[in-house]
This record gives sequence, structure tokens and C-alpha cells, in this order.
Amino acid sequence: MHEPRGARIALRIATIAVLVFIYAPLAVIAIYAFNSSTNQAWPLAGLSFQWFERAFEQSGVRDALWASIRAGLGATAVALFLGSLVAFAVQRFRFFGRETVGFLVLLPIALPGIVTGIALNSAFRTAGLELGMTTIVIGHATFCVVLVYNNVIARLRRVSRHLEEASMDLGATQWQTFRYVTFPAIRTALLAGGLLAFALSFDEVIVTTFTTGGGEKTIPIWILQNYTRTSGLPIVNVVALLLILLSVIPVWIAQRLAGAGTGSPSGR
Amino acid sequence: MTTTAGTAPHASPSRRLQAWLYRRPRLQLVLLLALPLLALVVAYLGSLGLLLINAFWRYDPTTGGLDRTFSLANFLQIAGSAVYRTITLRTVGLAFLVTITCAAIGFPVAYYMARIASPRVRGLLVVTILLPLWASYLVKVFAWRAILQEQGVLNWLLRPLGLEGPGYGDVAVWLVFTYLWLPYMILPIQAGLERIPSSLLEASADLGGRTGMTFRRVILPLAFPAVVAGSIFTFSLTLGDYITPTLVSSTQFLGNVVQREVGVSGNLPLAAAVATIPIIVMLLYLFVARRLGAFEAL
Amino acid sequence: MKGSIRRTLSAGVGLTLALAAIAPGATLAQDVPEGAMTEIGAPEGALEIVAWAGYVEDGSNDPALDWVSSFEEETGCQVNVTLGNTSDEMFTLMQSGNYDLVSASGDASNRLISAGSVQPINLALIPNYADVFEGLKNKPHNTVNGVPYGVPHGRGANLLMYNTEAVTPAPDSWSVVFDPASPYAGKVTAYDSPIYIADAAVYLMTHNPELGITNPYALDETQFAAAVDLLKQQRAIIGRYWALYTDEIAAFQSGDSVVGTTWQVIANVLQGSEPATPIEAILPMEGSTGWSDTWMLSSMAQHPNCGYLFMNHIISPAVNAAATEYFGEAPANTKSCALTADPNHCDTYHATDEAYFDKVYYWATPQKECLDGRGPICKDYAEWTMAWTEIKG
Repeated sequence: MHEPRGARIALRIATIAVLVFIYAPLAVIAIYAFNSSTNQAWPLAGLSFQWFERAFEQSGVRDALWASIRAGLGATAVALFLGSLVAFAVQRFRFFGRETVGFLVLLPIALPGIVTGIALNSAFRTAGLELGMTTIVIGHATFCVVLVYNNVIARLRRVSRHLEEASMDLGATQWQTFRYVTFPAIRTALLAGGLLAFALSFDEVIVTTFTTGGGEKTIPIWILQNYTRTSGLPIVNVVALLLILLSVIPVWIAQRLAGAGTGSPSGR
Repeated sequence: MTTTAGTAPHASPSRRLQAWLYRRPRLQLVLLLALPLLALVVAYLGSLGLLLINAFWRYDPTTGGLDRTFSLANFLQIAGSAVYRTITLRTVGLAFLVTITCAAIGFPVAYYMARIASPRVRGLLVVTILLPLWASYLVKVFAWRAILQEQGVLNWLLRPLGLEGPGYGDVAVWLVFTYLWLPYMILPIQAGLERIPSSLLEASADLGGRTGMTFRRVILPLAFPAVVAGSIFTFSLTLGDYITPTLVSSTQFLGNVVQREVGVSGNLPLAAAVATIPIIVMLLYLFVARRLGAFEAL
Repeated sequence: MKGSIRRTLSAGVGLTLALAAIAPGATLAQDVPEGAMTEIGAPEGALEIVAWAGYVEDGSNDPALDWVSSFEEETGCQVNVTLGNTSDEMFTLMQSGNYDLVSASGDASNRLISAGSVQPINLALIPNYADVFEGLKNKPHNTVNGVPYGVPHGRGANLLMYNTEAVTPAPDSWSVVFDPASPYAGKVTAYDSPIYIADAAVYLMTHNPELGITNPYALDETQFAAAVDLLKQQRAIIGRYWALYTDEIAAFQSGDSVVGTTWQVIANVLQGSEPATPIEAILPMEGSTGWSDTWMLSSMAQHPNCGYLFMNHIISPAVNAAATEYFGEAPANTKSCALTADPNHCDTYHATDEAYFDKVYYWATPQKECLDGRGPICKDYAEWTMAWTEIKG
């Protein structure tokens, strides 16, 4: 704790200012969800709950929500599986091309979404694959893998190999070692990575536009298609508000998990 | 002390198999990597490759099909027309601007979170920074539309003071992108700052370094890779985005051009040729980022 | 984003239709287009449709908007709608062979016909076609060499809208948006799509007749260059382009835009809002571009009987009234005007005013083979799209 008091106060003010900056637009959404008319001008003409009722009536919203959840679960499952495999390979072994593999895993999230989108779209069409939930999951999985990979590899670095060697000295097979020693150590990293992957998949719009055939609509696609209708935007605001509120839970869990397996930050 | 595992004469087949496998690290490696690499190389690299091959073909508008004879026409067209240069510079410039702004705004917050806040407050802050990432990207942009519009929140706040908001346009795009990608910059910097051992800072103080000097000579250089790591996201996300420019401006960026060629006229070859621009820019950026050590800080 | 101005008109063989309506099984062989069905068989129980948002409402969006459930009950054809966001998306979807019907705009219909994705239609099998406005029949957009490929859904024109308080005297020509010395520079708006090049061509038809443009979608090298130059010049006075109609509404309400091209539905919203914006929307003396979508049947349709039944249903008086009123366009069926919820709907949209629509150039896909028959010297839509990137800068 060596920062001078002036700096500490200044930083505290800066942090609060940035938090206000981050949350002000979300507050605006929340207010607009109670807009009594379709007119988007500010200040609002009045407040009402009517859009909440309309949102619940619409089967389109529910279908989109369900499609988003399915896509998210699918992509997360694939990402967890592939991401852990690569993390183990890169962290535990030394081999030619080790760095390249890490680079490869990063690529889908580093290249712009539209590039991934049109590449996958044309590849699917060439291969004759019908665009639908499967292609959406594949598309999302490409950039979700890196999130799991990062988390798992960071955790693996901290899990001492001595524990595993001791376990095997005591007679456990590799599978038993994995089950009783390694897995519990990385479990929370997997969960944290999985939650991040789910969040990214849930909100992804550009790659999804190119990998859905028009039949499957995730929430972002539904939003895109609805905001052009005059009655659509207020309902979109309602759905957005509800999603933000609902997502407090997984974010809180993710944070607890990410912190759980780690030691305290160095020196503090 | 007797050991009972591994050398027992009645080891089960599964145990024998695992022991055999243990002695073959290469095979383990292959088994681990086979599936993910297959998926990545085939699904991702393969489709990227197919896209790039498309850039050398031509679009036949009458049938909506492709003329598969090798041709450089698409690239010649892009190179020959000044507008693509303008758009590229505009997009790359914006990406850099957004990155710098995010870093400038994000660094103080990350510093506070990493080194000043108590562990409880830190946990709380991480949650509050992460939460907006879960709010839909589209919805956040709509919120900014409502804020920046003529009869919007910003003007409602500024007009009594005699000021005027920027409205829709290039400034709006810069503002919204900075807002959207800020958490992606804050979190890696925070993680990077946390990794700096206090012992280094104490040593610096012991050697007579004042706060400012410690910051400049010790903290900044150590945190720089993390800043670069965060910048990978802010740069690449800005580089290809077309939705935000469409919603809060009339300006066209690289993403808009690609999307127009694919979505409006179905001209995948030209879209692929234009798409090589952000690919090349991003690969260069990643190359530089790796040299600066960003990959360890991701 | 969604395609813009559409041009669709189907060819009608009126006399044969009258005969066919009396005795469907006795249709004269030479009046049924080759490749078209000769009779409607038993409904297949399902129907896959690709449509624009708002065209095929089944109650899932708003329980009050539903003209699909009645069809499903009557025919047993369960309708599954896939929304197309752009004409190109629709074109691609139809090539997969997984869909039966498509509501094709002018920039897709010609391509679909050329690519063989849609089949000729035996209009005798669609009784309601007899009631379609004459001005919508026999149009080059969906009739090739006298062979009809679909039925029209409705039509609309792109209008010149201006703020009556800010723009005086009241304009009657597109020059107010093309004049480089316009007093409204910085507050002019235009539609953000390559098809807007046709609007420039319409302007040049009147003001530069030496260019010899007869069809604004058939532009050769010189004509195209002139249109593009006009638009690059216009760029300097444009304040904002609009791609979403909600954008234009907001721009006019706030005063960011005071004059520019618009759809009738936008003008209605501006006039009907509280407080109303003082605007007028007119069809200028040069005429204008317009749009009309066509329902087309896939050549690989697996449910063609249901397809024909739906085409008849969607242009039936009550359904067409509901659908076109919701969307904001003039209906295709003459009997729909008496059935709209707003009794003035047809007047507002000039549904019965053929003189009005005579000056409207329905959207068609620009193709290399000139649409006015001059041969393969015209610019195709891919080139229009590339030029649009240059125009926007």
C-alpha cells in the first residue's frame, strides 16, 4: 500500500465515474422498458407495464429464448470438451508447434466476426450442410473454445504436478488421478470458462446471422428482426431488462468460482 | 512397506492399458490433440481457406453462381479504387482510437481494482464490470441510440447548459465502441496488475523510487503486456463490426462493405477479397502483440 | 438489411382465365404455361414459406394479426414461415429446394426465374387472380416471354417527402434533392441501398433525355456513369442516409432531415404521431421508383398444392386487405379496398389510381441483358452494389 492518498482518492473517483458511464445506458434501457408509448423521444410521455404483458404473450420471444439457450448449451459443451483437451496438451507436453496451437485456438475470436461468419456460411453451403441449430453451435464453438482454454490452462499452471505424481505413486491409475486429483482442482475453472462461453454465445449476433438458415432464431436475431417494427422496440427493451436482471446470478457464480481456486493475488 | 498398485500380478486390463499409455507420452499427446485440432483445422481454417479461395473467383450475377476460373479481378478492383483505401484507413484509425480510449479509461479502474480495493470490494467490482457483458450487445447500442438521438437523454442534459450532443455520426460510433469494449480491456489489465508482486514495488521504494517513478519504471512496463492483451479484443471487435456503424451513423466501414457485398448482391468473391484486408491487419496486430508478450497476459 | 423498392407485375391471360375459372379441368392446353401444373391435387398437409417480415402473420407476433390460422384450418396445410432479411438471402434459400413459396421482390424475382428456381404458374388455378388490379398484371418483373411466374402481393411507390414549414415553396420535382446548390444542404436524406441508383436514373430520364434512358433498371455504361455521378454530387448535400424506416421517422421528427425519399407508411406515422410533424409526401412530376412483391412457387416445391392454395388465399380480398394494411402498401385485389379497417386506406395508398402508378417504375433486378431489350450491354446488380460503395465514400 504505497500509493499516496491523493492518488487513491483520484482513482476511487475515476472508478466511480467509469461505473456510472457503464451503467447509465443500462438504466436508460430499464426506463424505456416502462415507456407507455411507441414514441422513442425523451423525456418519456408516460410509464406503463403494457410491454411486459405483450412480451409474455409473444411466443416468438419464448422460442427465441429457448433457441438461444440450446445454442449456448451446445456451444459450451463442445467448447468445454475441446478446450480442456487442448489446454492439457499445451500445458503438459512440450512439442513442436506448441505456440501455434495456442495461436490457432485464439484465431476465431481474434478475427472479426463477419469474416468467421461468411467463411463458415460458404463452407457449410459447399458441404451441403443445412443451416440450422447444428451450424449455429459449430459457429459459436469456434470462438468459445479459447475462453475455456484460457481458464483451464491458467489453472493447470497452478496445479502442481507433484500432486498427480504422488497420487500415482500411491497406486492410482491415470484415470483415477484425473478423477480424484486433477478434475477437482480444475473444476471451478471449467465452470468459469463455461459460463463465459455461454454468455458469449448467448449474445453473439454477427456469426449467428450467417450460420442460421432463417428457421432458428436466437434472441439477438429476434431483436434484430423486431426493432424495425414500431411496436417491436419497446418489447425488445423489456426483454433486455429481464435478461440483465437474470444474468446477475451466473455472473456472481462465475466470479466466486474464478476466485475460488486461486491463491490470493501476489503479495496482498 | 509394500506397494500394491501397478506391479500386482492381477492388474486389470484397464490398468494395464493406462500404464502402457503412460509410457507413451507422444501417443497421449496425439490423442489429446486429435479431436480439437481436427475441429479447428477442418471447421475453422478450412472454411477460412475456402473463403480466401473464393476471393480468386468471380461472381456471375445472372445465375447467382460462381465463375471458378482463377482471377485477380477482385483484388485489382479493390486496389484500383481509392474508396477502399479510405475505408480501410478510416476503420483501422477508428480501431486504434477506440483501443487508446479504452486503455485510458480502463487503466485507472483496473489499477484501483487490482491494487487498492479490498478483496471484498474487488470481487464486487469484478461482478459489476462483468455484468454489462451479459446485457445484449444490440440492446446496449439501442440504448445509445436513445441517448444520442436528437430528442435524446444527452441533449436533454446538455441543452440547459447551452451545449449540444454529438448526435449520430463518427463521434457516436467512437463513443459506442468505447463503451461496448471497455470491460474487455479492464479485466485483462486488472489480472495483469494483480500479478505484479508487491515485493518488486517495495524493492523499488527501498531503492529510493518515488511513487511516480515506480509507476513509470516498474508498474507500467509490467502491465503493458496485459494492456496489449486487452487491446486485441478492442481492436479486432472494432475492425469488423458493421452493426454499430449502421445504427448510429451513416458512415461505412470495412464490415459494412463486406456485409453489403454478401447480403445485398450475394457477391461472395468480392466480399471475400475485401475481407482479406481485416484478416491481414489482424494477423499483423497479433504478430506484434505476441512479440510484446500479450499472449501470456490473456 | 431488407431490400428496398420492389417491382412486380404478373402476366395475366384474361380470357383464358375466364374460361379456366369455369372449367378448370378443361383448360386449353396451349394456355397453360409449359411446366406449370394443370390441376391442384390434394393438399399435402404442410407448406414452407420464405417471406418478408410482416407478410405472413400467424398470431405469434401479435394475437390480433393472424391470417394464417384460417388457411391452416381450411386446407390442413400447416404453414412454416422463414423470414428473409434480404432478397439475396431469399434467393439463396430458394436454391436449397427446401421451401415452396417465396414473396420475391424485384431484385430477386428475375434472378429466381433465370436460375430456374421457380416454376411457371397456371393462373387459371388461382380464382382470386381475376380480381387483381389490371395495372399489376402482365409486368416484366415476374412475367418473362409471356409466361407468368407468380401473383402480386401489393404495390407501393417511393415518394418525395418534405417538411412543409422548412421547405418552401412546395416542391414538385426531385430537383430539390439533386440540386448541388440546394438551400437544404445538410438536411437532405436518401435511401441507403444500391437500388437508389434507379431513382437517379428516373430523374435523368426527364432532365437528361439525351441519355436515352427508357427503363431506370436498364442502364448501359454511359447512362450508369451519369447516374452515379449525380449521386456522388448529391452526397455532398446529404445529411444522413436512412436504411431503417424508423431512422427516417426520427430524422424528420427532430428536424435533422427536411426533404428526401420516403415510403407512404413513414409519412403516415409522422402525420399520425403526437405531436404531428408537418410533412407532405408527393409523387413528383418525373415519376418515381416503386415496389411490388410477387408470390412465386419453387420449381422443387414439395408441397405445390398447398402452395397454389396459399397463393389464392393471400390475394383473396379480406386477407390481402389485412396484410397490405398492416405492412403499409396498396393491395393487389380490387375487392380489398372495401375491407380495410381504415376506410381511407386505398385512397392513402392510391390503390385504384392507375394514372399514379403509371409513373412508377417497379423495382426489377438490373441485369447484364438489358431489361428493355437492348442486348447484353447493361450494368448488373453486382456492379450497382460496387458503385454504391463508391458513392457513399
